[in-house]
Amino acid sequence: MAGGHAHALHVHGHSVVHRLPPHLKVAALGLFVVAVVVTPPSAVWAFGVYAGLLVVVAMAAEIPAPFILRRMVIEVPFVVFALLLPFVGTDPQIEVAGLVVSEPGLLAAWTIVAKGTCGLVASILLAATTEVPDILAGLQRLRVPGVIVAIAGFMVRYIEVIAGELARMRVAMAARGYEARHLGQAKALATSAGALFIRSYERGERVYLAMTSRGYAGTMPTFGAAPATGRQIAAALVIPVLAFSVALTAQVIR
Amino acid sequence: MHIPDGFFNSVTSAGAGVAAAGGLGVALKQAQAQLRERHIPLAGLVAAFVFVLQMINFPVLPGVSGHLLGGALAAIMMGPAVGVVVVTVVVVIQAFLFADGGVSALGLNVINMAVVTTLAGWVTYRLVRVPLRSTRRSVLAAAFVASVVSVVASAAAFVAEYAVGGVGGVDLTAVGLLMVGVHVLIGLGEAAITVGVVGAVLSTRPDLVYGARDLDSASAAGRLSNRRFVLVAAAVAVALVGLATVASSNPDGLEWVAQQTGFAADATESVTAESPLADYGAGGLGSGAGTIVAGLAGLVTVSGVGALTLAATRRRRQAH
Repeated sequence: MAGGHAHALHVHGHSVVHRLPPHLKVAALGLFVVAVVVTPPSAVWAFGVYAGLLVVVAMAAEIPAPFILRRMVIEVPFVVFALLLPFVGTDPQIEVAGLVVSEPGLLAAWTIVAKGTCGLVASILLAATTEVPDILAGLQRLRVPGVIVAIAGFMVRYIEVIAGELARMRVAMAARGYEARHLGQAKALATSAGALFIRSYERGERVYLAMTSRGYAGTMPTFGAAPATGRQIAAALVIPVLAFSVALTAQVIR
Repeated sequence: MHIPDGFFNSVTSAGAGVAAAGGLGVALKQAQAQLRERHIPLAGLVAAFVFVLQMINFPVLPGVSGHLLGGALAAIMMGPAVGVVVVTVVVVIQAFLFADGGVSALGLNVINMAVVTTLAGWVTYRLVRVPLRSTRRSVLAAAFVASVVSVVASAAAFVAEYAVGGVGGVDLTAVGLLMVGVHVLIGLGEAAITVGVVGAVLSTRPDLVYGARDLDSASAAGRLSNRRFVLVAAAVAVALVGLATVASSNPDGLEWVAQQTGFAADATESVTAESPLADYGAGGLGSGAGTIVAGLAGLVTVSGVGALTLAATRRRRQAH
């Protein structure tokens, strides 16, 4: 597989963020997001601080800003939903910049955009600085059941295989003048999905047999991750501790 | 459908996280016997397959597109317990590797997209098959209905969660009708893909379909004719339009759901003040007008299903 263990969201690097043990990064992401979610949305300044923390991490990890901005496109459907809220929301209506909008709707829109964006950028930073096997190993260290991690391991390996197969089928269909339009074409999409499944499954069987013949016995060997040092734990805790202080302050001075 | 961080309040997100972990624990225990070494690669493959299919958006209406959730497919291919595990893996990986869906909303996303879809799909599949003979046709018909129900159930779960702890600011009835209406259409797309996959696998490898273990290989083989496919689709669509019409002429059902879930009766003042129902009586358009507009929107949306299905049938006739 060309590209080795890299995936679309990963940015190769050797920064301090890249080198942190993955389970600490996953835990730090979880704690940071919890801090963001419990922050009252009326504390606008707090979200400014969170954004600042994320910028600091991104700079320390040497992740280029355009990369993060491109990945944020995934948020668009919910931003569209959020932008609708002020106009369809409930009373009381207020006037903002010449437009009459719903006050609860406006607050809800701000909540979704602010918290959603902070969580999204934090997740992008984790994926950008951690390779797939490391994220899986990190999840395992955080007591995610082994079966889940094993299935996830196979899944991320098969994704490229299946996506490649799908791309070849699409090229073949396009070359024969096929163009999907709407519901009427559902049957074509459905049968090609069926063919895709059979092809992928039979490839999966061959992969399984190949692995068995090379000594696979149900688990992948892990190259004993070194336990985290005190300094690493301290480094990983910096951002969550700051975020929780901000969340607490915002709660108190509300 | 992937809920980002901040869409739901922290109590709801945490509660959903606990519920999702519990559900996953039960599923893992049930799946233990089935998930032997040899089946882990197969489970990983189904997970990857669901993941890839979720990346393809299919158009349902001009400007609105949907994607596969895969719960019903996973349940029929691998059984309900492994199905829950597999789709959970997809949702977890999407959150951590692809930043799709918020980490704090992971519990909500697992419940809506893995637990509710798989269980609703499986129960429906079994129920539909009870009165039918063990044939390829009844497996596919049951798969079709189960897929639609699984997607609508997922949307309904979202609406129920929204009533309990959404960010609020919008009339609950409108959210409910819009979500369910759009997801009836998405469900039809999902059903088409599920039937296509199950049908193709039944033709070549019937041993792989958990939900069709009762079929012998002779009755599993065969091709699904275009006409029969459209007829089944039309029948399901007509039944759903009927159901939705009843639902939209009686939209208070959603309010009832909200009250049953327990936040309306004994919630504190501040909690009710933030809830979407607090402003229900004095909604943006006035409660009566708002309900009627929402009801009409729902009706128009579901009627679109019938129109599109008819258009599809007509085009097929011309093509033949």
